[in-house]
Amino acid sequence: MKLMWFHLMPYTELPENFRDEHPSVWVDIDPKLFDPERAHLMYNDFMDELEYAADCGFDAMCVNEHHSNGYGLMPSPNLIASALARRSTDAAICLMGNSLALYNPPLRVAEEMAMIDVISGGRVIAGFPVGSPMDTAYAYGANPSQLRQRYQEAHDLIIRSWTEDKAFSFNGRFNKHRYVNVWPRPIQKPHPPIWVPGGGSVETWHWCAEMDYLYAYLSYFGYKAGRATMNGFWEEMKRLGKDPNPYRAGFLQFVGVGETQEEALKLYKEPAEYFYGRCLHVDPRYAVPPGYTTEATLRANVTSMVSQAAARSLDQGKGFGGRGLNRQWDEILEKGYVICGDPDQVADRLREVATDLNVGHLMMLLQFGNMNADLARYNTKLFAEQVMPQIKDLFDDQWEDKWWPQAMAKQKRAVPKAVAG
Amino acid sequence: MSQPKERTVQINGHPCRMWEKGEGKPLGYLAGYGGLPKWTPVLDKLAERRRVLAPSLPGYPGSLGHEELDTMLDWALATQELLETAGLDGGDLVGVSVGAALAAEMAAIWGPAMVRKLVLVSPLGIYDDAEPLVDFFAVRPGTISGLLCAEADTFDDLTACPPGADETEWRIEMVRASTAAARMLWPLCDTGVIKRLPRIHQDTLLLMGGEDRILPRSYAKRFTDAISGKSDVQVLPGAGHLADLDQPAAVAQAILTFCG
Repeated sequence: MKLMWFHLMPYTELPENFRDEHPSVWVDIDPKLFDPERAHLMYNDFMDELEYAADCGFDAMCVNEHHSNGYGLMPSPNLIASALARRSTDAAICLMGNSLALYNPPLRVAEEMAMIDVISGGRVIAGFPVGSPMDTAYAYGANPSQLRQRYQEAHDLIIRSWTEDKAFSFNGRFNKHRYVNVWPRPIQKPHPPIWVPGGGSVETWHWCAEMDYLYAYLSYFGYKAGRATMNGFWEEMKRLGKDPNPYRAGFLQFVGVGETQEEALKLYKEPAEYFYGRCLHVDPRYAVPPGYTTEATLRANVTSMVSQAAARSLDQGKGFGGRGLNRQWDEILEKGYVICGDPDQVADRLREVATDLNVGHLMMLLQFGNMNADLARYNTKLFAEQVMPQIKDLFDDQWEDKWWPQAMAKQKRAVPKAVAG
Repeated sequence: MSQPKERTVQINGHPCRMWEKGEGKPLGYLAGYGGLPKWTPVLDKLAERRRVLAPSLPGYPGSLGHEELDTMLDWALATQELLETAGLDGGDLVGVSVGAALAAEMAAIWGPAMVRKLVLVSPLGIYDDAEPLVDFFAVRPGTISGLLCAEADTFDDLTACPPGADETEWRIEMVRASTAAARMLWPLCDTGVIKRLPRIHQDTLLLMGGEDRILPRSYAKRFTDAISGKSDVQVLPGAGHLADLDQPAAVAQAILTFCG
């Protein structure tokens, strides 16, 4: 299986009274809380951590996109990814991803992802999220009622721009181009693997099945809350005649490893409570812009048992700003938001998660909340040395990962001077 | 309150509901945010003196097709077609909130051939940096009704599922109406109508809710300053943003007095 190292890049110095004094970590977070000189150190720590993860043997470094967000300092994950391309040689670079409808023209996404694919020698995973309500409708002012139509069209334009063998015209509903001709062209043919992060929408599952794209469920609420959604996904795949190849799916999980369980519980309490307490303090006024959720999904949420089960398990935990979000350490552990323990315990639990949810790509958050660089490094090292060997062979004798980047042959690839030393 | 006559017309290949009641000179009515899930008291009052025609715009209750509309021109043309189909061209036109933004466009773009006298109730469509209107697209759950109406119950009652109706479909219809408003107005800055207001030479009445929690009172003056025709502002006590729901009698009286 693939073990991937995911960074959200949270601002680590939100004040202790953040929840009482500030309405939201997202959209209208107080700009006065941002200290650029402190953030300089954070960014450099975070990039060190991603590079270290690659050095330790993680299969991929994952970055994602958020706007006006105190727990996600990557409005442009492409900037980080391009730096990572020059500071690593083998790990995949998972761009998870670019919200297609936010770019005008969306060709910008095609160009930048192609550039990183070329610079990295074909190591890019192209994540195509619609984007959260907060990022798209509010922070970027995108019309929520047009978002999905624009996303679909942007997708079509980008794929054509990567695959057509000559310049072409594109007369779309929202995008009009007489000349589409993306230079550079991606290394990977026909294009980098497309991963689609989504919630529990049946339409997204159908879309992934139809296009043979990977579906990634990126929830902050762990494997217990994720089970209903992933079960729904696999049932739908079965109904559509797709094989149960676990590599069709990706799943996000927070993990904290210690030498002993006691040590782990002590080490990761503070960063976990910082994340669930301060980072997920989102004003619910930004959660449901009219038109963001399709009518089909609204209807399914009422009528489908799968969606109801997912909604129930989400209700227990989910809480962009909401009630029901568990913010205390014992609840965070009990609900499975964070898997925490000694290396054997973590390996056992992750094996159970991977097989139970049938997920071949585990995207792990080993830095979260205000975790400092030393602890992030410790967590990463322990995981790589003592957890990874126990689980990395899972699934490989049965299934092929058709959703993984096909990089250039190693002997043909450039070695950046910085890496070569 | 007896129910109106109902018929369906096709706009851009989608059904749109047309309600009609009363006798006399036709009076067009474009409802506010949320549309008309039910026939309302203000329409009934107006129907005592006029033949009231209330077309439901694409995406609002009883109508589909908002997803075809991408620009203000698309919305204006759909509205114009609805009014023309109703035989309302050249009649008096009332618009409330979202509907008022379109009523102003009708008067500005097509002139007196489309609109004789114009009534704008809490009109949306303009924006003032010094005094932004409240972002009613970003509200906490359960708070929208109190923002739209002086009494939250007024909007809750209007949008409550009637006995016998399918709860799910009813709820989806209410969400669809908000979606249609968002599709046209997102992100609640100006729609460009301010540039076209000087084209309005018709007599215009502006009604503002004395307790409007969305629209600053100063917006009325911005409208009347920009409109070329004779214009007047009346502020209605006890009325919120959807003034016609809060104070149906006072709103109907003001409209009938002005339009004759």
